[in-house]
Amino acid sequence: MSEENVYLSPNPASAARPIAIDPEKCTGCNLCVNVCPADVFVPNPEAGRVPLVLFVDECWYCGPCVDECPHAGAIRLNYPVMWRVPWKRKETGQHYWVGMKNPPPPNDTPPA
Amino acid sequence: MSWGTWIDLNAGNDAMKWPYPIRYGQEDAVDVDVLVLGGGIAGCWAAISAAEQGAKVAILERGSILGSGAGTGCDHWQWAITDVPGVSLSAEDFTQALVDNHGGYNNGISRYIQARDGYETLLELEEMGGKVRDTEDTFKGAEFRDEQTKLLFAYDYENRIVMRVWGMTFKRALRSRLRRLGVDIHERVALTGLLTERRGEDATAVVGATGLNVRTGAFNVFTAKATVLCAARPQRIWTYSTELAGSCDLRMPGAMGGGYAAAWRAGTEFAMMEKSIPAGLSINPSAPHGSGHPSNTWYPCTIVDANGKEVPWVDRDGHTLETFEERCRPAPGQRFFIKGGGQSSLPHQGLRDYQGPRLTNVDTLVEKGEIELPLYADLPSLPAHERRAIFGLMVGQEAKTKHTYANYTHAGFDPDRDMLLSYQQLIGGGGYGTSAEGAKTVLGFPSIRNAHSGTTGGPVVDWNLRTNLEGLYAAGDGMLGGNDHSHAATTGRYAGRRAAWFARQATARSGSREQIEAEKRRVYSPLQRKDGVHWKELLAGINKTMQAYCGAVKSEGLLRMALEAGEDLKHVVDTELAAVNPHDLANALSVVDILTAGIDIIVPACLARRASSAFLHFSRAEYPAMDPPEWQKFVTIRQEGGVVKQGERPLNLGAPFEENYLAHRPAAPIGA
Repeated sequence: MSEENVYLSPNPASAARPIAIDPEKCTGCNLCVNVCPADVFVPNPEAGRVPLVLFVDECWYCGPCVDECPHAGAIRLNYPVMWRVPWKRKETGQHYWVGMKNPPPPNDTPPA
Repeated sequence: MSWGTWIDLNAGNDAMKWPYPIRYGQEDAVDVDVLVLGGGIAGCWAAISAAEQGAKVAILERGSILGSGAGTGCDHWQWAITDVPGVSLSAEDFTQALVDNHGGYNNGISRYIQARDGYETLLELEEMGGKVRDTEDTFKGAEFRDEQTKLLFAYDYENRIVMRVWGMTFKRALRSRLRRLGVDIHERVALTGLLTERRGEDATAVVGATGLNVRTGAFNVFTAKATVLCAARPQRIWTYSTELAGSCDLRMPGAMGGGYAAAWRAGTEFAMMEKSIPAGLSINPSAPHGSGHPSNTWYPCTIVDANGKEVPWVDRDGHTLETFEERCRPAPGQRFFIKGGGQSSLPHQGLRDYQGPRLTNVDTLVEKGEIELPLYADLPSLPAHERRAIFGLMVGQEAKTKHTYANYTHAGFDPDRDMLLSYQQLIGGGGYGTSAEGAKTVLGFPSIRNAHSGTTGGPVVDWNLRTNLEGLYAAGDGMLGGNDHSHAATTGRYAGRRAAWFARQATARSGSREQIEAEKRRVYSPLQRKDGVHWKELLAGINKTMQAYCGAVKSEGLLRMALEAGEDLKHVVDTELAAVNPHDLANALSVVDILTAGIDIIVPACLARRASSAFLHFSRAEYPAMDPPEWQKFVTIRQEGGVVKQGERPLNLGAPFEENYLAHRPAAPIGA
């Protein structure tokens, strides 16, 4: 907890942080910036660095930014808390939620 | 002072500079044979087919070709009839059924083109690289698979009027084809207006369009011999909230109907703009597709209650269906049933003749205590191929739900073992539910409506898909009856060709300097103010006006109030609307377009229909009789010199379809 670096800032424009970029994997190629239909990104002023997700409130989770990214795992959609959908395992009746504590292992079956 | 002003005063300290070069007012000029407005499905196909005819083509797109319009994917290729293997219906009969199912309020011309050219279009798409067949034999032996051709079908397996496809391959294939054909692609350019020329006393020709670069603020002037309007239907007219993340809508936020506003200002004739339906509920990403439900993408999934009890399926007469197979068959004595986006003017179920199987009304069962909430989509109980088709193929190939698929499976969801929660009891209205009251309950305000769901109002077209304006063609959602992916594709392909043929014999055109200068003044005026009304504030004002005075129940008095409030809102545009960068400016102009769509098009269209109509979900307090015979017609409107001109067209637009289609086909193909 730092007492420095406390700035004035407005509330976020949206109840979501729709895009998560891993700075370790992102090369700042800006393919995501240029495919986004709503232009929610802007390129980082420093070339080769992670783009900024500026207009977060205009994102509608369509995903071409993820589809176009050449680096696996560099960018993903981060669905907000209000969209954490539940399901029930039929044989046990147990409920699971996206984002839950102690989640089940991922199911790696790709789409057909 | 506002945050924006503070940033402005402190620019140079910590505030970040706009990342793109600012080019306000600078002009980029493009001259082509055919200009396509919008890079969605219809726009891509229009540009491709015009270029294949040898035309020099430019395409203008506010976002990006890959992501805009329908987005990157597609789950159903619907209502292709002619030449589809195993289909015995005729395009004529099917089109008539679709038109009748909407009480006549449909675009028979574009529906016939879809039915007739749909399969040919799909095969062309396959040649471009679209995947339309189960070549890996994933679904070998499935009831919905044609073993010979490896095509997959949906809904009514006997009549095969809808296909299941690998839609995530489509947009990429179209983009590659556009590039190979040398189409001049202008991404990040938002349409602002059409350039027109007077042709004699009362005729107008469209000679191009103007656009704003949403990154640099540069002004684009396109001149063209023919223009194809493939822009989105207007939305956000009654409601919009960025707090409910993802816009909570089935249409992408960037698609705001700017094409409709531009076409209106140029004098285009519109029909059916009085139609709007109660807005559906969006509960999660791309709802309802991202939750378990039995319609559309998830058809014919079994739904069970909290105790695992199946919610029964019923046929059109309410008879319980005993077997799973019956959900994919017409009822005894029924020729075929119609399912798919825009199947009827939902929540109006359409005619009994064409109603398909559906889930029993959940509200009633809950009230009677026969089922207990919550409900779940019981994927594990389905035949393996059906389960894989729903959660692997349909959810995996529709653009947004592809990511829902990744989200759920990454979190451990396994369709072989797990039952996804269903919001069926909440979905209601909006075209998907069996619980029409559900949406009202959740939203709490029946006046929150939308005008962009399935078979919508729009510009009237003829058999060349030309509007009333010379040189202006329309396709997909850019015209009356805007609907689904294959409708956009087939009509875009058809309109692009017609536009190219027209361009071949048209003389060169140029927009007048006076018009261009006037448009520039309009476009850049919000930049003069920094602390004025932001686009979100104006949009909230428009939404409130439409809810209050043009909601579920309309009357002459209320609609006149809407016009008065509209004048006030226009005054805000003229004196207070502010924007601080090109992105902000483009959004501000879009909201002005929403104002045009709402106050200038929809309200006058509602005033013009002095009768209520069940098929149009149109209720006039002073005319309670539903669909009186004298009002069973299209009421059309257009503006000329700021004055609204009314007209009318008979229902059954385009009939007899085959005869007209053939009569408007050139005797010999015109070579490139």
